Amino acid sequence: MGLTGLQIFKLLPKTNCGECDLPTCMAFAMALAQGKTSLDMCPYVSDEAKEQLESAAAPPIKKVTVGTGEFTRAIGDETEIFRHDKRFFNETILAIEVKDTDDVDAKCENFNDLKFERIGMEFVVDAVAVVNDSGDADKFKSAVETAVNKTERCLVLMSEDVDAMAKALEVAADRKPLIYAATNDNYEKMVELAKEKGCPLAVRGNGLMDTAELVDKVVAAGHKDLVIDPGSREMSQTLADLSQIRRAALRRVRTFGYPSMAVTTKEDPMEENSEATVYMSNYAQLIVMKTDEKAALVPLVSWRLNLYTDPQKPIAVEPGLYEVGEVNPDSPVYVTTNFSLTYFIVEGEVEGSKIPSYIISVDTDGISVLTAWADNKFSGDIIAKYIKDLGLEEKVNHKKIVIPGGVAVISGKLEDESGWEVIVGPREASGIPKFAREKFGK
Amino acid sequence: MAFNIVKEKYRNKISQVTIGATKEEGGTRTSTVTIGGEEALPYLHFEGNIPNRPVTALEVWDIAPPGWNECFNQYYGDVYNDVGEWARKCVEEYGAEMICLRLKGADPDEDNRSADECEAALKKVLDSVGVPIIVLGCGKFEKDNEIFMKVAESGAGENLLMGVAEQENYKTLTAAALGYKHAIIAQSPIDINIAKQLNIMIGEMNFDTDRIVMDPTIAAVGYGIEYGYSIMQRARFGALGGDKAMAKPMIGNIGWEVWKTKEANAPVSDFPEWGEQEPRGINWEIVTATSLLCAGLNIAVLRHPSSLAVVKKTIDDLMKPNSY
Repeated sequence: MGLTGLQIFKLLPKTNCGECDLPTCMAFAMALAQGKTSLDMCPYVSDEAKEQLESAAAPPIKKVTVGTGEFTRAIGDETEIFRHDKRFFNETILAIEVKDTDDVDAKCENFNDLKFERIGMEFVVDAVAVVNDSGDADKFKSAVETAVNKTERCLVLMSEDVDAMAKALEVAADRKPLIYAATNDNYEKMVELAKEKGCPLAVRGNGLMDTAELVDKVVAAGHKDLVIDPGSREMSQTLADLSQIRRAALRRVRTFGYPSMAVTTKEDPMEENSEATVYMSNYAQLIVMKTDEKAALVPLVSWRLNLYTDPQKPIAVEPGLYEVGEVNPDSPVYVTTNFSLTYFIVEGEVEGSKIPSYIISVDTDGISVLTAWADNKFSGDIIAKYIKDLGLEEKVNHKKIVIPGGVAVISGKLEDESGWEVIVGPREASGIPKFAREKFGK
Repeated sequence: MAFNIVKEKYRNKISQVTIGATKEEGGTRTSTVTIGGEEALPYLHFEGNIPNRPVTALEVWDIAPPGWNECFNQYYGDVYNDVGEWARKCVEEYGAEMICLRLKGADPDEDNRSADECEAALKKVLDSVGVPIIVLGCGKFEKDNEIFMKVAESGAGENLLMGVAEQENYKTLTAAALGYKHAIIAQSPIDINIAKQLNIMIGEMNFDTDRIVMDPTIAAVGYGIEYGYSIMQRARFGALGGDKAMAKPMIGNIGWEVWKTKEANAPVSDFPEWGEQEPRGINWEIVTATSLLCAGLNIAVLRHPSSLAVVKKTIDDLMKPNSY
């Protein structure tokens, strides 16, 4: 939420000197508001005005970067309360706890394995959170060192002991780990460490008010790459705190203009998964959790993907040929668009028909069947080209293709162009199982 | 910097709907549920009263469900053919707070059961359990319109929640629910304008719109849940801001959607990197339900007993007060 031209104008010298290459201060203010020029162009602006303008131009929530290399992750830089108002930008970092009393080597091995393929995309779990459970600085350092060597993904170092943190940073600092955490008792030294090593720092208070005071102290001490943990370990209060932080940040309360985080408390992996879902749905930008079970994490990262998609942009699946079940040369062939919602509904129903089948997903720029047809992106000649390019004639021993009932009108063109027999399917995907049973059932 | 808690002020609250009727109220239920009544966004207790907890239901069918994942056999396999016993198990063993009876057997593509058979299924459920009942038709308009009146009649006095009314097919169900004093589910196809329009149209039939529960149509995580999620958030925010036509509690058929997906059903041998099938399906149901609770869901219709247990615990936690 930047300032308007008029608001900026009030802060300018109003001399109309023209040295900014624009005729008047008003014109310069308008250009600034549109981001067409920069404040540096004005040689006479006061320092005070400069600070006001810069802070107004800064994003309401600071962007904070964790990690290095391929797995660098940025969080923060969010602008909305609701995703439907614009979108959420930077996906929540999921960090999996590994205690320094655990078999860190084995745990990290398992962690590296936490990558999943779904809908043609790869998902990874982002971070290992090494916990100084032993209370021993050397043990912590050695656990962190193991993690550094074992995984390239992000690291969260969890210890309130400044000496343990200093030791761990000797081996981990160049990986830009998140230091967790500055508290009321240790913040001066933790800030020193974080500044010296150039690492992001988590700030954990005891409740929201206390956290606000602590953040201000940390910022006064000179560090601004922060992640805020309001410190509640109770689900309902954490949800409220996370909401407050987001609201305050968007209202330009600078204290809370940083990404926020939560730590789960549930021991049961399924309960913990539900808890993490609550925090993810309520603005947590980083979640530290214990479970490393794939069965729990696959749905959670899928929810993350959904929550952070751009609502203005239809999500598309990769166009191409999909196999549902154990296909064979007799398997029916369906065609639909690559609008994910359409594709998944069709896929679900084809799956439900219990008849192994092929589905061609045509690249319609992620729009639905009727819209794509109207836009000439789902026409007879385009589908015919897919049949040819995908080599379907080698895959199946029939030349029959099922098209959505809503576009029966393309049948003629498709038959002419492809030489295949067109079967007009049901108008609604929900009719597929019955249709399939009648047409293709044994 | 002094920090001031941000409390929103809302002009309106969500309507409160009670389902089920005890003996004193003219029914035979041993418990009733009341949902809705929120004066704040989901679980922001600090800024408004959230008087009623969301409730969980388990789904039972009037026929042995073809195609349910085999992992359900160990829970329901012995009762698939007896809907009354099935419902009893859901309530007594698994802790369902409501039963959602889906009259799938009436579907002409399934058993094409008659209205009398549907009535008998409802009677069995009513006799077996004391919790309030949701009754859903088979989803085929023509057939549903043949059975709705009979079902409504045989549940007279029980204050059922009957569904679903859709834009193209709401009159018969609305008339039936009106005549026998049941609450109604108004379902819209992931479209907030139709959701609102449908509530208004139902109201125009002299049905008390404070007896409507909205079903904005949800999907499973990974299958477009974000559309329904955002519609629910918009509906709830609009409702609190004064839009009375949207100020209704919401229901989601979570089990139905989740257990259609490949991710809930595929054996681990097909997708080793996704983990074991049954816990994966349960987690899919849990994440779907929990995210929708965060958008304002009031009734979660689930399928797996473990999902139900976890979601209930999460609701316990979410209903704890928060304050400043």
